[in-house]
Amino acid sequence: MSLRSPLGKVRGLGSAKNGTHHWWMQKVTAVALIPLTIWFVSSVVQMTQASYEVVINWMTSPIVTVLMTLFVATGIYHLKLGLQVVIEDYIHSESAKVVLQMTVSFCCIITATAAIFSILKIAL
Amino acid sequence: MSDIKRPTSPHLQVYSWSLEMALSILHRATGVALGGGVLLMTWWIISTATGPDAYDQFRMFMSGIIGKTILFGFTFSLMLHLCNGIRHLFWDMGKGFELEDTHRSSKMVLFSSILLTILCWVIGYGLI
Repeated sequence: MSLRSPLGKVRGLGSAKNGTHHWWMQKVTAVALIPLTIWFVSSVVQMTQASYEVVINWMTSPIVTVLMTLFVATGIYHLKLGLQVVIEDYIHSESAKVVLQMTVSFCCIITATAAIFSILKIAL
Repeated sequence: MSDIKRPTSPHLQVYSWSLEMALSILHRATGVALGGGVLLMTWWIISTATGPDAYDQFRMFMSGIIGKTILFGFTFSLMLHLCNGIRHLFWDMGKGFELEDTHRSSKMVLFSSILLTILCWVIGYGLI
């Protein structure tokens, strides 16, 4: 058993080198998501009754393809950062924490890849 | 973390609920809920890429009562998270920390997110 305190053990080892990166990326994605969300919502509210052809036509337009890709990528990145903090705050078992963090990462990557692939498949 | 069991100070249970506290936890709750919204949006995109049959299946689910309830929750979660998120960005710039400013911005966040949700549904479905 070590008599050293947890703080004493890490002192002098240097920083983890990613200090404010998580917080900063959350802010950057948040700012980007404001116009993207306004654009997305104002677009889809006009397509609630839309037929298949209308949606296809809309998604085939290059500007929509680009904005949808950005919205999905930025949104899911922002989601990943947020869920990560929720797990850090509420899950105290180390093994459950690791499993959940990995699950969130995998699910986010899979969802983003599937969505972006579909957007590009429609457009190209 | 240390394993020593020290007495802890009184936590949430000693405070009476305020709009600020409700919005704080709602920001997190709506954020998690929006994860479900992302899955719904992805289903919409994938079904469109798959073909007319898959898209009709999605549309049929969304026009039902369960689909509409989920979509309404999605709309409100998105609007509240957006409005409160903008407030968070102002806090990050060091603005709006005075008590009366916080009270006012809390009410603004709540009212504007309700208003925007209603607006979306009025435009989207012509009714609420």
